[in-house]
Amino acid sequence: MLALIPLFPLLGFLFNASFGRRVPKTVSGGVASLVMLASFAVAAMSVWQLAGLPVEERVIDQTLYTWIASGDFVLDLTLRLDPLSAVMILVITGIGSLIHIYSTAYMHDEPDSEYARYFSYLNLFAAFMLVLVLGASFLVLFVGWEGVGLCSYLLIGFWFKKKSASDAGKKAFVVNRIGDYAFILGTLLLFTHFGTLDFRQLADAVAPLPPEATFGTLSIATLLLFIGATGKSAQIPLYVWLPDAMEGPTPVSALIHAATMVTAGVYMIGRTAVVFTHAPDTMLIVAIIGALTALMAGTIGLVQNDIKRVLAYSTVSQLGFMFLAMGMGAFGAGIFHLYTHAFFKALLFLGSGAVIHALHGEQDIRNMGGLKKQLPVTYWTFLIGSLAIAGVPFLSGFFSKDEILFETFAHGHWILWGIGALTSLLTATYMFRLVFLTFHGERREGAIASGSHLHDAPPAMAFVLIVLAIGSVLAGYVGVPHALGGSNLLGAWLEPAFGIMPAAGEEEAGLELMLMAVSSTIALVGIGLAAFIWLKRREIADSMARSFSGLYNLLLNKYYVDEIYDAAIVRPTVVLSTDVLWRGFDVRVVDAAVNGAGTIVGASASMLRRLQTGSVRAYASSLFVGVVLILGYYLWR
Amino acid sequence: MFNSSFDAVVPMLCVTLAALAAMGAEAFRARDEKMPIGGLGIIGLVGAGVACALLWNRNTSSFGVIVADNFGLFVTMVLVIVGILTIMFSSQVLEVDNLPRGEYYALLLFGIAGMMMMATANDLLVVFISLEILSLAVYVLTGIRRDDPRSTEAAFKYFLLGAFSSAFFLYGIAFTYGLTGSTRLDRIGAFLAAQSMSDNPLILVALGLLLVGFAFKISAVPFHMWTPDAYEGAPAIVTGFMSTGVKAAAFAAFARVFLSAFEPFSQQWVPVIWVLAAATMILGTVVGVAQSNLKRMLAYSSIAHGGYLLVGLVAANQIGKAAILFYLLAYAITNLAAFGVIAMLASSNDENEELRDYKGLWHTHPALAAMMTVCLLSLGGLPPTVGFVGKWYIFSAAVSSGYYGLAVIGMLTSVVSVFFYLRVVVMMYMSEREGPEPVRPRIARMGMVALTLSVILIFYLGILPTRVLDYAAESIATIF
Repeated sequence: MLALIPLFPLLGFLFNASFGRRVPKTVSGGVASLVMLASFAVAAMSVWQLAGLPVEERVIDQTLYTWIASGDFVLDLTLRLDPLSAVMILVITGIGSLIHIYSTAYMHDEPDSEYARYFSYLNLFAAFMLVLVLGASFLVLFVGWEGVGLCSYLLIGFWFKKKSASDAGKKAFVVNRIGDYAFILGTLLLFTHFGTLDFRQLADAVAPLPPEATFGTLSIATLLLFIGATGKSAQIPLYVWLPDAMEGPTPVSALIHAATMVTAGVYMIGRTAVVFTHAPDTMLIVAIIGALTALMAGTIGLVQNDIKRVLAYSTVSQLGFMFLAMGMGAFGAGIFHLYTHAFFKALLFLGSGAVIHALHGEQDIRNMGGLKKQLPVTYWTFLIGSLAIAGVPFLSGFFSKDEILFETFAHGHWILWGIGALTSLLTATYMFRLVFLTFHGERREGAIASGSHLHDAPPAMAFVLIVLAIGSVLAGYVGVPHALGGSNLLGAWLEPAFGIMPAAGEEEAGLELMLMAVSSTIALVGIGLAAFIWLKRREIADSMARSFSGLYNLLLNKYYVDEIYDAAIVRPTVVLSTDVLWRGFDVRVVDAAVNGAGTIVGASASMLRRLQTGSVRAYASSLFVGVVLILGYYLWR
Repeated sequence: MFNSSFDAVVPMLCVTLAALAAMGAEAFRARDEKMPIGGLGIIGLVGAGVACALLWNRNTSSFGVIVADNFGLFVTMVLVIVGILTIMFSSQVLEVDNLPRGEYYALLLFGIAGMMMMATANDLLVVFISLEILSLAVYVLTGIRRDDPRSTEAAFKYFLLGAFSSAFFLYGIAFTYGLTGSTRLDRIGAFLAAQSMSDNPLILVALGLLLVGFAFKISAVPFHMWTPDAYEGAPAIVTGFMSTGVKAAAFAAFARVFLSAFEPFSQQWVPVIWVLAAATMILGTVVGVAQSNLKRMLAYSSIAHGGYLLVGLVAANQIGKAAILFYLLAYAITNLAAFGVIAMLASSNDENEELRDYKGLWHTHPALAAMMTVCLLSLGGLPPTVGFVGKWYIFSAAVSSGYYGLAVIGMLTSVVSVFFYLRVVVMMYMSEREGPEPVRPRIARMGMVALTLSVILIFYLGILPTRVLDYAAESIATIF
């Protein structure tokens, strides 16, 4: 039955890829949405079945067949449902279905064939993501891993006529490939050491070992896996693709940022939690990178003017929180935040899509303002999403972010906690800067003229926004901490999947309550700060930008990281490949070698010269040089 | 073991007869009569395939110099598939380019017969003769478009350099014979195993010269120089044929000679092939990135794929040997199909083989573009295609033999290689044509059938590879 979950979207892909351009939009969009809903239904039934099992037996394996058998190594194509993948498939199919429904309205202006192409990519993307989370071994996970990379490339570059879109797609792919490479190496290293790629067998093999005191094999392997995760989940140093990925259609951003793709890295660490916990050095690196990414992306988000770009950096920042949790060993908290984040980030992106849709493609928040009255549904849902992400008490983001900060604090990492708390402040501030600039105040000068008759989200989009808004409020209640009288259902549900027990217990309830109070205050202060600056005293922002123009420009230009990468990595690579290896080595050096050593092949050379092309001579002498090298090696070694 | 029967030569006999029939048909047909000469070839090839199936596990040999062991038969089967697909793709190319059918098919089939002989040869001289049979056929095929200067130039370059390398190869055979007193692989192997000759420099010279001969045919760096020119100049379908058939046959002989006769000297040849493999993978990939002509790009890609096969040869454990066979099959189907697409899109006066000619192909030829995408993704080794399984095997063989360096280089290059394969996909799906649509011929049904078959095989072998992998494993069990 598990196989049906990715199979449904795959069938949707096949349908739209083959017949999509010949059927009307209602059919292509309808089929794409229906297969997602079907997949969601199967996922929900499977999870229900899983929940019916006793805690220690909560694993459902479905082995489809033996995929690869080489020598002693046999790899079955196995799908595995356990508490961790259960959460993931519900998020992917649930949020994914909503995004599909939203898209049917959002993409309605595209021509039929483009519409079908869009939905076929979307379905394929979901199918690969489901394979990724259901795979019971690294190799099956890798199928999904590569697949989502490819599909994200197609989706981000969907509007390829825009050069920035096709560049963004390319960038996403390239950066992801770098991460993939590290990921493959990490996988391979684990395989050579433990002789298995199955996650469970790997965990069983690693569990009895003591945690590595020095930086050994497990640390290197996990570090490589983590580099792979930084590619998929947009962390330093490979985060650069995600902010550009908003060049794709907005629902795609929602899908990539919320429900799929970027969660892959976090999920993968959760999946290999046992291995990571045996490599404390890597864990600390994960936590530090997570915290730094959160802070850096938060600061950048503070000054961006594109509505989607602000959201994109907030995704990077929130993912940083998740990695901070993973690095602390609080895997449950990380996955919890992944889950709540899926709701409010999908909501925010789709809300921004509704704004952009209403304003006919305008994305610059400096040209917005005062949309509150004209777009009520969008406004209220967006506000709820913003409150949730800011960590205002009793919305979903509050519970999950708090759990992360608490775990960090409880593990004694004061500095990381400080960074996390500061980032929370930034989050609240830049999110409400966005809310205030977009929806409050007056329409600003330079705004597009057609502002008088703005249409709020059409029914399909409004429905999705409302559902997600409800989710953003309520989703956190599956993980109410003990300190608040809850029982952290999600944490308890996930525990067996990670094979470890969480360190922090109820006896620290007092501390937890205190930290909650602190972070609630922080969230409210951040919102207040935003209200003060962008509602009351707009000029403060401008004067600050002027007086700290150096810092402001640094942030506005995203710390110049793209430029640095371009100069340090991209250009040298291009030069190496075209000028040095191809033009230089393959064509020129050999020519030069002939001119110097031409007499060696004198007889043939004089004959070949009549060909009027020097290259044959060059080729022959290359061959000759090869012979001399090989024989020389044998005779004089 | 050696009972002198004709069994082992039946497959190549079938193909040779078909070639003769093709020649005869061409000679006797009326001036404007259309004859399904390609059909004769397909009959011969199917016959060869059936013969292979019947000979499987029988381990027969003919005259002591041709052995139809499972290894040879597996490669023969690959060649049968290559031959059938090539003929199916060719029907259209010949019509568009107005090439002489009889000659074309006869040369193709003689070439395949030579390749089959090479794959089953158990004697260095037979290897050499078959090498020449297939090479001569391929030289002429390269230049078969006689009025095209590029085609002629490519053929000439290929011929000159091929002759050059043949000389080295022959020299290597002479040295080997002089030292061991035989050209039969089994006797050479027995002789080398019995005597301690590792300090004899002449045997190393012989080894080196043979290595050069093979390295040239599989276009390993630095003996690859002819490849891009020859591949670019030849008609696309011929390029597809020689980049798969020649490589498969040469690799089979390479593996047989080095893994059986010269096995005792593996310590001497492994480091050299290690370097060749690394250089081949790196150069093929990195230079491929810089190309803007699709055929030239695929030429560099096929160089890189030769490098992956060399990795299997270096690893040379049980997995590695089976991996070579599986990879040959994977690569042959995928690469041939990719060149088939190029061939089908070429019109008589314009080859349409620059990358920019593929802009927006998705809009005019959606099925063709989709299938080309599958081929390219398979060449790039993305799951769930056969290319992924093939690479997985090669690299896991390298790792389990302890050649981590090669595995790391191989994975890095295959990660990089996806860029240039993807560039084509981008052109087809995500670029708008500027200017007029290039003139493209009507797509023949036969070619589409061949392409569809290839794509089915690519997915079948990627998703359910076990059965064929078992055959590959059985194949190597009989000889090494």
